[in-house]
Amino acid sequence: MNSENNIVEIRNLSKSYHRGSLILPVLNNISLDIKEGEFLALMGPSGSGKTTLLNLIAGIDKADSGSIKVKSVEITTLSESELAEWRASNVGFIFQFYNLIPVLTAFENVELPLLLSKLSKKERREHVEMALKVVNLSDRMDHRPGQLSGGQQQRVAIARAIVTDPAILVADEPTGDLDRTSAEDILNLMEQLVVELNKTIIMVTHDPRAAKKAHHIKFLDKGILNARPQIDL
Amino acid sequence: MHVLKLIFRNSLRHKLRTILTVLGVTIAILSFGLLRTVISAWYAGVEASSASRLVTRNAVSLVFPLPLSYKEKIRQIEGVKSVSYGSWFGGIYIDEKNFFANYALEAEHYLDIYPEFIIPPEQKAAFLHDRKAAVAGKKLADKYGWKIGDIITLRGTIYPGNWEFVLKAIYKGRDNTVDETAFFFHWAYLNEMMKKIAPQRADQVGWYMVEVKNPEQAAEVAVRIDQTFKNSLAETLTETEKAFQLGFISMTEAIVIAIKLVSFVVILIIMAVVANTMAMTARERIGEYAVFKTLGFGGFHVSGLIFGESMFITMTGTVLGILLTFPAAKIFASELSTYFPIFIIEPETLYMDVAAGLVVALMAGLFPAWRAINIRIADGLRRIG
Repeated sequence: MNSENNIVEIRNLSKSYHRGSLILPVLNNISLDIKEGEFLALMGPSGSGKTTLLNLIAGIDKADSGSIKVKSVEITTLSESELAEWRASNVGFIFQFYNLIPVLTAFENVELPLLLSKLSKKERREHVEMALKVVNLSDRMDHRPGQLSGGQQQRVAIARAIVTDPAILVADEPTGDLDRTSAEDILNLMEQLVVELNKTIIMVTHDPRAAKKAHHIKFLDKGILNARPQIDL
Repeated sequence: MHVLKLIFRNSLRHKLRTILTVLGVTIAILSFGLLRTVISAWYAGVEASSASRLVTRNAVSLVFPLPLSYKEKIRQIEGVKSVSYGSWFGGIYIDEKNFFANYALEAEHYLDIYPEFIIPPEQKAAFLHDRKAAVAGKKLADKYGWKIGDIITLRGTIYPGNWEFVLKAIYKGRDNTVDETAFFFHWAYLNEMMKKIAPQRADQVGWYMVEVKNPEQAAEVAVRIDQTFKNSLAETLTETEKAFQLGFISMTEAIVIAIKLVSFVVILIIMAVVANTMAMTARERIGEYAVFKTLGFGGFHVSGLIFGESMFITMTGTVLGILLTFPAAKIFASELSTYFPIFIIEPETLYMDVAAGLVVALMAGLFPAWRAINIRIADGLRRIG
């Protein structure tokens, strides 16, 4: 494999869960390359290991064996605190249920990841305003999540994901809780992030319409990648 | 600043639960403060005692008297500066519920030995010149509306009959640690009456109050006094005023221990209540904590949010509890002034209130914080939705 433009390189990755004495294999010897600026969709039936793979790439879960390199950093060897630091500057997260903090305004939610940086208050404000402008929510920055629609909340979550200018964005069913129109808006926004800002997005989805927006689709079934033919869009 | 804002807003997410928990802490701290003040009040006599005063009583028991003839012998013992004496009268004013301490004293020297009793000179002179005169503390006089010149009748219990006294003086304490609820009159009047109605009980005193020249030699003087009366019909036991007061407290030590235990049980109960609140809070927000960790925040930050909220709720209750302790103690002091003449909230009690609040806050946040720190992010995120 040509590793020149790869932002993510996964080799022989395996992961299993333990339920008492029972061992449940989830990912089995996965190898995968993702290029910078690529929009990749991971599909597969429930329990196929999509979210687990996404979590491993994002550094919020630990693999049993294998290697994951993101921007040439081997993240499987990082400690918990090193991973936390790495995630803060390299990964943006978009969740199905937005996962915004309900007592914080849109502005404060987007600002959260920047609190760990060394930016001044003024610089943080500039970054947050820019991120909210990208997702077209500048006029809602003082609203709390409960005062926003599902689509708007997901836009705030996207703004929070991009505010630190991370290397990759991981999205777990980002349209799973949205109506068709809002889902379309969110997918267009994600596409825009890839085209205009050259972001790399790895998206887990069940929705074929959402997957069609991606450059590539990978299928996972029973922990094995490309169990079904890869589709290039 | 962001963290403080978040802690504050988080604390008010379930307003009713927070208000009830704060109320619980307030009541617990108020109860704790009052119970600790009751304990302080119990020891008030000990704290107010002087190192230069010795009490000599019958070695068998305080209920047995000593002969009046001991006075001169004690006065001649090396190291003794002054001697006076008194007897517990135990009279009842109108009704048994109107309890207050009342004594018969050899007033002339007694008042010299007790300079903390402040009596206006003209009232003191009037008292000393009238055999039927009596002195009352200011709080006692205020309670029953007594004025100078009033006739006060006590029904005797130890000394039978109705005893009439003329209130000639009202004393104030030198400071707020002095008991202002006592009532005393001339021992000579009591003795004169005893000679008439029960001659076998005349010329006997309950205790001798001895002032020593040098407080550092109080122990040696006490030994000398007791040596003097060794093998007599009424052997003596002499101890410092502080030891004498502690002896009284030791009789009720079980009550003091019970009050101490109850005060700590109150704190343990509220600790369980706050811990329950924090456990519910953390369980509801475990997904949010996972999001924080996902974004790069560490265990320190997540536990800070939990401990911060626990601290905010508990310390709000603690401050309210402390503020309410003052008016509550005032009411307590007024209603039970004869049982607890000195009912003052000591600084130590307030420090203990704050320490109890801090301990409750830390202990209540401990398990939820440990759980939030240790939960796997992937597991925490699964709780959402």
